Amino acid sequence: MPDFSLWPLLGIAVVMLGFLLKFNPVLVVTVAAFATGMAVKMPILTWLESLGTAFIKTRNLPLILLLPLAVIGLLERHGLREKAQGWIQNIKAATTGRLLLVYLALRESTAAAGLTSLGGHPQVVRPLLSPMAEAAFEKKHLTLPDKIKFKIRAMSAATDNIGLFFGEDIFVAFGAIILMHTFLRESGIETDPLQIALWGIPTAIAAFLIHGSRLLRFDAYLARQLKNELKQVPQQEQRHD
Amino acid sequence: MISMTLLYYVAAVLFFAVAFFSAKDKRYSSALFWFSYGLIFLLGDLMPPALVGALVVLMALVAGFGGVKGGTYQTLALQQRLDSVKRLGNKLFVPALMIPLLTVFSVLVLVHIQGDGWSLLDQNNATLSALGLAAFLAILAALYLTREKPQQALKESSRLIEAIGWAFLLPQLLATLGLLFNQAGVGETVSQLTSLYLNLNHPLLAVACYAIGMALFTIIMGNAFAAFPVITAGIGIPLLVIQHGGNPAIMAAIGMFCGYCGTLLTPMAANFNIVPAALLELPDKNAVIKAQAPTAVLLLGVNIILMYVLMF
Repeated sequence: MPDFSLWPLLGIAVVMLGFLLKFNPVLVVTVAAFATGMAVKMPILTWLESLGTAFIKTRNLPLILLLPLAVIGLLERHGLREKAQGWIQNIKAATTGRLLLVYLALRESTAAAGLTSLGGHPQVVRPLLSPMAEAAFEKKHLTLPDKIKFKIRAMSAATDNIGLFFGEDIFVAFGAIILMHTFLRESGIETDPLQIALWGIPTAIAAFLIHGSRLLRFDAYLARQLKNELKQVPQQEQRHD
Repeated sequence: MISMTLLYYVAAVLFFAVAFFSAKDKRYSSALFWFSYGLIFLLGDLMPPALVGALVVLMALVAGFGGVKGGTYQTLALQQRLDSVKRLGNKLFVPALMIPLLTVFSVLVLVHIQGDGWSLLDQNNATLSALGLAAFLAILAALYLTREKPQQALKESSRLIEAIGWAFLLPQLLATLGLLFNQAGVGETVSQLTSLYLNLNHPLLAVACYAIGMALFTIIMGNAFAAFPVITAGIGIPLLVIQHGGNPAIMAAIGMFCGYCGTLLTPMAANFNIVPAALLELPDKNAVIKAQAPTAVLLLGVNIILMYVLMF
């Protein structure tokens, strides 16, 4: 056994176990926070205080999700999704996979130029991208089963994340580059921030190639899934009879 | 002008609106949850931290035991929506596109509008206050176009907030957990553990350990920025840079990306994975992670090869 305490890791064990057993994540995280406090013998009042202080400090986090919702909701009420769907259905060459591939290219390249706000789940994925991605598939296959719709939506959200993550990190003024540079300097190693940004480019290209080729095969995958779904539906109906 | 405090007040109003609609709907546990959330945004700076902590625990218990239930909001019938689409045409896109475009414009241009001790945007939080400004202008445009009353905008934001539900709380709770982990010294312990048990002589093994360590610790912490100092101090610097003489810039650049592969795989990165699943109304909250998993795993493999080939 090591000669230092392993108790601080109790919270991590709680988190892993909680997620594996599929408890509600909010509950898991709260219990993990409590366990961590107890493991290092923090008095309950101190624990409540650090919980409160940290929560106040992180109030900026929900804003990015919260602020666009009123606009998006109002526009959805007046048919924004239907409009976006009609628009994409007029483009003959558009398929779900190709649409998402174009979005991946735009998202990753604008993020690499520092323009990370040109996208995001509440502003773009929910109101525009995912309805268009659904409609691009729907125009060939009429109404889709929910299961297929959910797969398209999940892939839309995934594409936004991947484009953002692997684009923003090659922008030299991005926080992560500064964090790496500062940490290495504190550890006595001098690096050039521009070098760190540039050495990110091979991975950024690999991310585009890997996810892009998955997107190109996504249409065929969806068609197969749809076939399976349709095969299952009549059987279920027979069983109900 | 558009300070963080102002944005917190706006958030408080939006949360109180949700509390109001859910109380009207006789969903009192939901109302309690959203009211407490609003209270922390309105008065958080004035309340003693322990009281805020107690409110957070209360909210977490209400949410954790299924007390935050979605509401039913009246939407327009499909025919009315299609009439609206016909009337408004492409103009319907304008307020939606205003949000990202105006945010970028504000961050690049309007951020320079400032006088003596006064500036249009909060200089320390330029992106968020730019987003606030863009959302405000977009809501004016949307209200003008759709000829709706401002109350309807509050109702619509409440509808979407309730669709997201408890997932709303998760990113903040996880960030709080991260800070607590720091206070308890989780990073130091992991760093000590890795340096105790890992003694790797072949550079490829050392690279693989560093890359997979970054991904795994990010999966646990939900944040690559939290994993980077721990794993780089524990494995990266002693093994890759000092023992094997690798280039630290390459190690850092690709190492952080290995962490991002972990971010794509973990429910702990709630704002990227769990919240979007809720926002897109997916029944499986891990659906986004599942869609990302093949890309993340393949890319982690490519990263190990890239790091080995470029560094040595």
